[in-house]
Amino acid sequence: MSIGEAAGLKLGKAVRDAFGTALKDLGNEFPNLVTVDGDVGNSTRTEVFAKAFPTRGFNVGIAESNMVSIAGGLAAAGKIPVVSSFAAFLLCNAFDQIRMSIAYPGMNVKLVGSHAGISIGEDGASQMGIEDVGLACSMPGMTVVVPADAMSAKKATRAMVEHVGPVYLRCGRIEVPEIYTEETPFVIGKANTLRDGNDVTIIANGLMVGMALDAAAILSKSGVNVRVIDMHTVKPLDEEAIVKAAKETGRMVVTEEHLMAGGLGSAVATVVARTKPVPIEFVNVGDCYAESGDPMGLLQKYGLTTEAIIAAVNKVRSR
Amino acid sequence: MSDPTKLSIDQLKDTAKAIRRLIIKITTEAGSGHPTSSLSAVEVVTALYFGGFLRHHKENPRHPKRDRFILSKGHAVPVLYSALCQAGYYTFEQIMTLRKLGSPFEGHPNMKRLDTMEASTGSLGQGLSLGIGHALACRLDGYDAHTYVMMGDGEMDEGQVWEAIATAEKYKLANLTAIVDQNGYQQTGATKDVLDLKPFAAKFEAFGWHTQVIEGNSMEAVVDGLAKAKAVTDRPTAIISQTKKGFGILPVIEPTGDLNYHGKPLSKELAEKALALLQ
Repeated sequence: MSIGEAAGLKLGKAVRDAFGTALKDLGNEFPNLVTVDGDVGNSTRTEVFAKAFPTRGFNVGIAESNMVSIAGGLAAAGKIPVVSSFAAFLLCNAFDQIRMSIAYPGMNVKLVGSHAGISIGEDGASQMGIEDVGLACSMPGMTVVVPADAMSAKKATRAMVEHVGPVYLRCGRIEVPEIYTEETPFVIGKANTLRDGNDVTIIANGLMVGMALDAAAILSKSGVNVRVIDMHTVKPLDEEAIVKAAKETGRMVVTEEHLMAGGLGSAVATVVARTKPVPIEFVNVGDCYAESGDPMGLLQKYGLTTEAIIAAVNKVRSR
Repeated sequence: MSDPTKLSIDQLKDTAKAIRRLIIKITTEAGSGHPTSSLSAVEVVTALYFGGFLRHHKENPRHPKRDRFILSKGHAVPVLYSALCQAGYYTFEQIMTLRKLGSPFEGHPNMKRLDTMEASTGSLGQGLSLGIGHALACRLDGYDAHTYVMMGDGEMDEGQVWEAIATAEKYKLANLTAIVDQNGYQQTGATKDVLDLKPFAAKFEAFGWHTQVIEGNSMEAVVDGLAKAKAVTDRPTAIISQTKKGFGILPVIEPTGDLNYHGKPLSKELAEKALALLQ
């Protein structure tokens, strides 16, 4: 069974592909938009923009630190740089450059990390960004966005470019189900409730939103009404949506394709502990590195499945 | 943009002395900081701001067509605060708040609090990349603006610097000048002992840069070197500025037995002796 099938969703484009096309489409409207790449623009899809606007695309070689600081300089001179690499290399390799050249001075730079999560597959753990959200969220002033599908990625790309200040946009590699339509709103910092219910809330982002909707569809057959919230913005977090869900459903499952540490689960738990304490279960990568393998096999082995979410819902309901 | 201030060599030397006095005063008042790392860079900074090189704009320091000076060796920021004070941006009283709680004159440059700072530096190795960003942006916008980046010789240990050197050459950034303030020391000792990267000039040349080695504490040599750098139109320029850490007050530093004298201010007593030397 593929992701989204139980919820009746059909497979769409990958988030990174939607981002690349959306960025190119913004090129004429935003003449200050430029891209800075570390020689993986064909993977992150910024090459779509760079091919359309060749004088505005800079490939600085396999040098993430340099790439990020160059973006900081471009932003200081008034450009809107979109700097991209694999999420792992961007956030882990260039963390200090993001901190000093972008976050601390509050530069208007857009960081885009592709190949996030373990679903990238066969390339293995070295290429998997599973710490990236935590690292990005740790920096004051950083906005962190994790789109669930192609349409929300397109909308997130525009929102990111229009937003003034540093943004981290997380993109997955594989094709994901279509969840959003042209009409679905996308506002940074404002969660979307994709399905209503009052028994339990699943808060998800990225690839896990499709699985959360599958879990909700399956659980509804046994009379469990699940609320599904797409928490596409991890920072700033939509506290209002979380508190409302805690009050109205009393129980939560938070799921993401990221380590437990520093991710959406940690962020949500902090809000819940401070406002309306309720039991929470977590479905994520936990505290380990994954390995090579096919994407669906990896998700299965590391417990990122619809079944795992259903089990978490059942567990949290029994607490 | 107005024409930059252009003083005679004698006037520049007097200005350099005045800047040195300010460096001593503000770091001794702060009770911490890096006076000797600042002092080695005085001639270059003085020549940039007062020798007809840097087109800056007092009313609008972030004027898009301005020339840029990025102090990548951010710990030497007292030289920059002092030069800006001398140029009339700040009063003596303002820069005397160096490193004190609430003061925008922080221990390392903070561009969010001071619009005269082109970058927030202090984590070494990033300034040249930032300068590339400025140089690329100015070229895209068709602005005839020059970006100068000053690095320390210890800072050249950072791998990012060499990534940036390669990139600047790729884009033939003739509007970018890197100045290495080669004062011979880094935190724990002489650069030749900690990590010997010499010769810098041959390395820059191998990367395709126009390269000069100058006596960085000679005002004549600095003015000449900066003029030559400006005349290069087909590639980036490196100036290896050979200096002495603590230049100007060496007779005060040397008797202490610590020729590096890194990251510590002069005592009030030593500061008085230093100021007497700088009259």
